[in-house]
Amino acid sequence: MATRTWIGKDVPRLEDPRLLTGRANYTDDVRLPGMAHAAVLRSPQAHARIVRIDTSRARALPGVFAVITGEDAKELSNPLPAFCAEPVVEYALAVDKVRYAGEAVAAVAAVDRYTAEDAAALIDVEYEALPVLTDPMEAMKPGAPKVHDNLPGNLVFEKTMSFGDVAGGFAAAHRVIRRRLRWHRASAQPLETAGAVCRFNPASGRMDVWSNTNMINYVGWLVAGTLKVAPSKLSINPMDVGGSFGSKHVLGKVIAIAAMLARRTGRAVKFMEDRVDNLTACENLACDRYYDVELAVAADGTFTGLRIKVVDDYGAYFQFGHGTHGNALAQATGPYRIPGFEYTVQCVLTNKCQQGVFRGAGSDANNFALERLVDAAAQELGLDRVEIRRRNFIQPDAFPFKMPAGNIYDSGDYPKVLDQALTMAGWNELRKMQAEARAQGRLVGIGLATAQQRSVYGPTEFWFWYDTPGLTSVPESVGLSLGPTGEFIVTMFSPFWGNSPETVVAQVLGEELGIDPATVTVTYEDSLHGLPSAGPGGSRMTVMLTGAVVGAARKLKEKMARIAAHLLEAAPEDIVFGAGGASVRGVPNKAVGYADLGLKAYWFKLDLPAGMESGLEARHTYDHPYLTPPSADRKDLGAFYPMMGHGAHIPVVEVNPETGQVRILRYVAVHDVGTIVNPRSLRGQIAGGIAQGIGMALYEQVLYDAGGQPLTASFMDYLLPTAQEVPRIEIGHVETPSPFTEYGVKGGGEGGRMIAPAALASAVEDALAPLGVTIDELPMTPERLATLVEAAVSHPAHIL
Amino acid sequence: MKRSASVIGLTVNGVRHELAVEPRRLLVDCLRDDLGLTGTHIGCEHGVCGTCTVLVDGETVRSCLMLAVQADGASITTVEGLAPDGALHPLQQAFREAQGLQCGFCTPGMLLLAWELLRDNASPSEAEIRAAISANLCRCTGYQGIVEAVQLAAERHAVPAAAAR
Repeated sequence: MATRTWIGKDVPRLEDPRLLTGRANYTDDVRLPGMAHAAVLRSPQAHARIVRIDTSRARALPGVFAVITGEDAKELSNPLPAFCAEPVVEYALAVDKVRYAGEAVAAVAAVDRYTAEDAAALIDVEYEALPVLTDPMEAMKPGAPKVHDNLPGNLVFEKTMSFGDVAGGFAAAHRVIRRRLRWHRASAQPLETAGAVCRFNPASGRMDVWSNTNMINYVGWLVAGTLKVAPSKLSINPMDVGGSFGSKHVLGKVIAIAAMLARRTGRAVKFMEDRVDNLTACENLACDRYYDVELAVAADGTFTGLRIKVVDDYGAYFQFGHGTHGNALAQATGPYRIPGFEYTVQCVLTNKCQQGVFRGAGSDANNFALERLVDAAAQELGLDRVEIRRRNFIQPDAFPFKMPAGNIYDSGDYPKVLDQALTMAGWNELRKMQAEARAQGRLVGIGLATAQQRSVYGPTEFWFWYDTPGLTSVPESVGLSLGPTGEFIVTMFSPFWGNSPETVVAQVLGEELGIDPATVTVTYEDSLHGLPSAGPGGSRMTVMLTGAVVGAARKLKEKMARIAAHLLEAAPEDIVFGAGGASVRGVPNKAVGYADLGLKAYWFKLDLPAGMESGLEARHTYDHPYLTPPSADRKDLGAFYPMMGHGAHIPVVEVNPETGQVRILRYVAVHDVGTIVNPRSLRGQIAGGIAQGIGMALYEQVLYDAGGQPLTASFMDYLLPTAQEVPRIEIGHVETPSPFTEYGVKGGGEGGRMIAPAALASAVEDALAPLGVTIDELPMTPERLATLVEAAVSHPAHIL
Repeated sequence: MKRSASVIGLTVNGVRHELAVEPRRLLVDCLRDDLGLTGTHIGCEHGVCGTCTVLVDGETVRSCLMLAVQADGASITTVEGLAPDGALHPLQQAFREAQGLQCGFCTPGMLLLAWELLRDNASPSEAEIRAAISANLCRCTGYQGIVEAVQLAAERHAVPAAAAR
C-alpha cells in the first residue's frame, strides 16, 4: 500500500472550532429583519374529517400576522415530494381530513413564538371522527376503512421478487429454520429538530430558504414545485445541521409551512419544530416490520436458500416509498453464500405519522432478521455460532462478488474481521467466564453478529420495483480554487450534517497536493449556485467527496503545472507539487510557491502561457463509481450499493431475571469499511451508531395506543440512551480497500446501528439460553424480558 | 390579552444587561433572542436533553426550565463565555483532541456540564464522569469521545478548582 501523508491520520476536525465555541450557524440561529415566528396546530385525532376550522379568534390576537389552514395550502403549495409512483398525496397542512394524531392542521405566524402558540390555541376545529387503523394486519384487509380515499385500499404496494433457484434450495434442504420476527418503529431524534426560515420576494418571485434539509441540490427542484416557485428562484442555503441520521433528507413539511406563511405575511418566517412536533410529525420515523423468514440449511449447516416475507407499517403517507426495502435487497443475503432468495414486501398505510429514513434505512432490520435466523440455525443444528458463520462466509478470493439479486460486493475479508473480533473479545475466555457465571446462577450472555454495511447508494433502489425506469444519477461535486494569496478553498454543495465532511475534503486535498489540511478553507454554496450533489445519505459522503476532491485537484494541478512549467521553463509533465508549491521533478530549487502561482494566475496575465484564461479554479462532479442498470425482467437488479462494508460485533451482557434489566458488560466491534480516511472520526461514527443500536435493542420505541394516540411524544417516554447505558466500545478495524473508489474508501456511517441490535439480541438470547427463551422482538425492555423469563420458568416445557 | 413585562438585571459572561421580559419568557429564549447568544441550543424544551445547559451563579441549569425573571440578579455563563476571544478554552481543546463532539449541537451544554464536574472534582473516575454527563443527551458520539475529553481535560487541569467561586 502506498505511503500516505494525510489519509488515514487523526487530523483535528476543521468543523470543531465553531461548534465548540457556540459560533456555529444552525437553522434556529438565523435572524432576519422583521422575521415572524410560526407555530402549528396539530390534530388531536388520528383519523377524522375536518368539518370546520374557525381561525377568527386567532387572527384577532394582537401580534398575529397570518393564520393558514389546509385550504390555504391547496392555494399556496403543491403536495410534498414523494419518492414513490403511487398517488399518495400529502400537503404540509391537512386538506379535508387528518390521517394521524399530530398532523398539522393550521399554522400561525406572529411577532414571536409565544404569541404564535397563543394564537394556535385559539383556533377552533370541528372534527368528525373516522375509524382509526393502527394495526397493519387489520388495515390491509379488504373492506377496511381507507386512510386515503383515492387509493384502492391501504395495502399501497405489494411485490414478490425472486432471485436464483429458491425452490431448489428449499427442496434440497436438510432443514428449514423459521422465525416470526418483529422490528419495531424507532425514531432518529437528532437533538436539533427540523426547521426552516423562508423569505419571499413578490417582486422578483424569489424564495430564500434557510433550513437543515440535507438534499439541497438533489431535491431542491422538487421542493420548488411544492412551494410554487421556479427552481431558478429558489435558494436553499446550507446550514450547520445538529444531527440528521437520515432524518433530514427533504423536510418538505417544515419548509412549506414557513414558505406559505412567508408568502402570506410578506415577512421572513421561521418555523422550528419543538420536540413534540419532531416526535409526532416529522420525517424521521423508521421502518416498522413484521417478518416471516425461512432459511434452508443443509445437514452440515450450509445455507441453501432464504425466504423473507415482510409487512411494513408505513403510517399515513408513503414519502420514501419502498426505498428502504430496495436498500435491504442490496445485502439481503448478508456476508453469506446463499444461492437464491425470495423477498415479499407488503407496504401498508395506517393512521400513524409516516415513515421517513433512519440510519440503516431498512438494512438494519434485514440484518436483524438474517442474524436471528443464523443463530437459530446454529442452535437447531447443534452447531457453534462461530462455526456456522465461517462455513457460510463468502471467501476473500471471491470478490468482487455478485449476490443473488445482482448487487455487487466490491471487496471484503469476513473471516479476518471475525477472527479479529474473537481475539479482541477473548472468545474462549468469555465462554469460561460465562460457564462460571452460570454456575453461580447468573445469566451472562455473549452475542455475535456478522453483518454487512452497504454504502454509496444508487437511485435504482427506488424504482426497480416498477416496470418503468427512474433516476440513474447520484452525483456529488466540489469546487476548488487557489486564490491569489496562495490559499486553497474547497466549496461543497451539500451541507454539514453532523460529522466531518470538511475534514475529509481537506485531508484528501492535502493528500493530493502534499499540503497541510489545516490550511484548507472549506465553504458551502446555496442551491442556486450548486453543482449536482445528492447530499448525505446511504453512507456515501466520504466516498463521494473523496472522488470529487481528487477529480477537482487533478484538474487544478493540470493548470497549475502549465503555469509553473511556463514560469520555470520546464515541461508540465515534469512539475510536481508539495507542501510549499510546485517544483521541477528532481530539481527542488527550481520551484514556485502556491502564493506566487495564485498571484500570477489571477493578476499577471502576461506571465501566463499564451491563451490561458486568468484564475485558478476547478470544479468536479463525481458520479456513482459503480452503478449498473437492472435487467428488464428484474431478475438482476444490477450493482446499486456495491461499496460493501462489514462488521463483527461481540457484546457481553448480563440479564437480571427478576427485573428483566440488561447490563452490557463489554462491547467489541470490528469494522471493515475499506481505506480509513480519519480513524478518530470513523471511531465516532461506529461508537455513535452502536449507541443508537443499543437504544433500538433496549429502549427506543415509537408507540401508539389503539386509538392512534402517540404514547411517546417526549423524551420522558421515548428513551434515548445516556452515558450510563452506553459502555465503552472496544473498536477494531480491518482495511480491505474498495477496488471501485478513489483511495479504496467505503462508507462507514451506518454500520454501528445496522449491526448492534442483531448482536444484542444474540447476547440476550444467549444469556437466557438456560431458560430456553428466544428473542424475536425488540426492544428488550425490562418488562418484555421479565415476562419472557416468567413464562419460561412457569412453563418448563418450553425449555429445550 | 395584555401581558406586563418585568425589568430584570442579568450579568451574562461578565456583561451586565437590563431588559424587560414577560414573566413567562424562558431564560433560554432571553439568552438566544434578547441577548443574541445563540451558542446555547434548544433540544427538547422539557428538561430532559440538557442541550440548553448554562451556568447560573456557577451551577448548571437547564435554561428551558427556568424563567428569565427567576434569573434576575444572577450571573450567567454560556458557552460564549468559555472562550470570549475565540481561542479555545483548554476544556474545548480537550474536546477537540478527543473528538468529544460530532454535530456540535449538544456540545455547549456538555462543556458546561464538564466544567462544573471538573471544578468540583479535579480527578473524576470514569464512572463519575459518566454519571455527571448522563444528565445530558448526545445522539452522535456514543459518549466515548466525551468521556475521554473530560479525562483529558482533568489530566491537564483545564478547569481550575476555584474558577467559579
